[in-house]
Amino acid sequence: MASLSLQNKLAILSDAARYDASCASSGTTRRDSRDGKGLGSTEGSGICHAYAPDGRCISLLKILMTNFCIYDCAYCINRVSSNVTRARFTVDEVVQLTIEFYRRNYIEGLFLSSGIIRSPDYTMEMIVQIAKRLREDEHFRGYIHLKTIPDAAPELIEQAGLYADRLSINVELPTDNSVKAYAPEKNPETIRKAMGDVKSRKDVAKERSYTGKRGKRFAPAGQSTQMIVGADAATDATILGQSTRLYGDYKLKRVYYSAFSPIPDATAKLPLIKPPLVREHRLYQADWLLRFYGFDVDEITSARPDGNLDLEVDPKLAWALQNRHLFPVDVNRASREMLLRVPGFGTRSVGRILSTRRHRTLRYEDLQRLGASLKKARAFITAKDWSPGELTDSADLRARFAPPPEQLSLF
Amino acid sequence: MYTVPLPRIGADVAWRDAAKRLLGAAVPPEDILWDDDGTASGLFATQTPLPPVTRRIKVPQSFVELANTVVWHNDPQRFARLYTLLWRLRHQPGLMQDRADRDLAKLRQMEKAVHRCKHKMKAFVRFRDLRQGGERRSFAAWFEPTHHTVEPTAPFFARRFADMDWMIATPDVTAQFVDGNLSFHPGQPKPDLPDDATEDLWGTYFCNIFNPARLKVQAMTSEMPKKYWKNLPEAQHIADLIAGAEAKVQEMRDTAPTLPPQRAAAIKRQLDRKPPAKE
Repeated sequence: MASLSLQNKLAILSDAARYDASCASSGTTRRDSRDGKGLGSTEGSGICHAYAPDGRCISLLKILMTNFCIYDCAYCINRVSSNVTRARFTVDEVVQLTIEFYRRNYIEGLFLSSGIIRSPDYTMEMIVQIAKRLREDEHFRGYIHLKTIPDAAPELIEQAGLYADRLSINVELPTDNSVKAYAPEKNPETIRKAMGDVKSRKDVAKERSYTGKRGKRFAPAGQSTQMIVGADAATDATILGQSTRLYGDYKLKRVYYSAFSPIPDATAKLPLIKPPLVREHRLYQADWLLRFYGFDVDEITSARPDGNLDLEVDPKLAWALQNRHLFPVDVNRASREMLLRVPGFGTRSVGRILSTRRHRTLRYEDLQRLGASLKKARAFITAKDWSPGELTDSADLRARFAPPPEQLSLF
Repeated sequence: MYTVPLPRIGADVAWRDAAKRLLGAAVPPEDILWDDDGTASGLFATQTPLPPVTRRIKVPQSFVELANTVVWHNDPQRFARLYTLLWRLRHQPGLMQDRADRDLAKLRQMEKAVHRCKHKMKAFVRFRDLRQGGERRSFAAWFEPTHHTVEPTAPFFARRFADMDWMIATPDVTAQFVDGNLSFHPGQPKPDLPDDATEDLWGTYFCNIFNPARLKVQAMTSEMPKKYWKNLPEAQHIADLIAGAEAKVQEMRDTAPTLPPQRAAAIKRQLDRKPPAKE
């Protein structure tokens, strides 16, 4: 095979990486290079250095080490049976690209994934080698996210966790049956075991030894995973149920939802659809309600009999419309828990309402200044000079929020 | 009437010092003219010297943090607004918690704008390699911030890029970092920076990480407003990416499924022979 230029390899191997949704670079330890002996810093919240026209943040250099792969996952551009052009970076090329991009302030760091070549161990070893070179030879202190390969030896995962800020392993599809059907070489149990291993290693790293010394930091920004949405028949209730288990059992930092999106040279097994972007968005909103707003999965998904989220209105609003007997809520008296359930109030506006109402009785205008979205909230609250009257129970309340009906396009 | 001239570099310290003296002498806000750009000193040539420091002024920590950010806003009224709030705080110590107060709400809004501008500066500065040789590599960038954010943001770059020399030139203030020392200089016109081949690689990455099946132009522009595009090397590709997106996706749909390459069968045979899992 003729050798490809670095530019061509980069084109192929970033093209192959774009179906991974995560680009987060936040939540790790604080580091800097003020000592002049290294390069890079991480300061809590990550930075999105650019946005592509798909609206996604570009924070990390997100590439595959290689898109050669011995597995045959139907949804994946890199499956063995696909005829896409293949390429492979050398260790040196990945290290140089990361460092040179970083020095020009294009990125926060590296997100390295890979197709499986030869064996899971061999692949993981190469990934670890790149991270090691960056940390030990280049003294790189920026962010590193490594994909862990299921089935790779535990020693390799352990090393990966010492160099990386975040580790991730994708559960790929919402149910075990779908994984078996579309990713025949992958085993859902092995994937869960790998997540369990990472979790217990993190727990061990947190414990102090008898001398009071802490263990070496292990993946300080935690682990995340991704599920493809819309490739199989799983409902939103199934998907969110799976997420809840993942957050609970493996203490994941994030579950990413990736709308199944057309790939070049698709397989007949999995016909291409228009990516369900609105559905993906509603799942993220629901995910937030589960983690930060005190909602249960059942509350969110029971609004519709088919177990899917309402695509026309956001899940909190959908819940409120179903539970109008609990509204209106008095912003001057209601508990934090209840305020969090008001459509249009975010965690921040609720915090501000609580601190401000110690000083004054809140009026409608005050709420506007606090940054609440009153277009949504007005029907569900009372304030000193505001009562929604009949609005809360009016029959056309839903219609006020739902987008007007439009002609459906085929794609 | 006091006229307080404020320098472009070091305005934060100058304002804090003046505010302490004036508040110590109980000078009300309406008796102070905060001169941001040197225009007022011409009109009122007779400058009353500032009162001496008389006593320690105690203000809530949350005010200090607010002021340290708002001083970098481009609103000429920022110094007066801050002083007015400081003046009111004397008799209303709980004021800082009242998010619905008009003066405070306005200042919080300005604070947010400066935070956003700082954040965008951290994100969108693009260095070019100056290829000067020597022990430390050196880089330079041209940037056009909305607010006066070079001074409060430069320490971030110093923490991150400590092993190289760099300069961020702007029309407002220029920051230089040489041999580990950070310094500020008056703003300047856009310098001629040498071409940097790595920008082409970055452009390649930008084009290929983009998923044409998920076109969401507004989501991009709300986070990366067009005013920044002229100094972002990757932005030159945006128009073509948007224009070609639909055709690319259509092509993916129209292409008939292909037969697997020959190696697929061989690899499958190998995988079937030895189960990969070792549980």
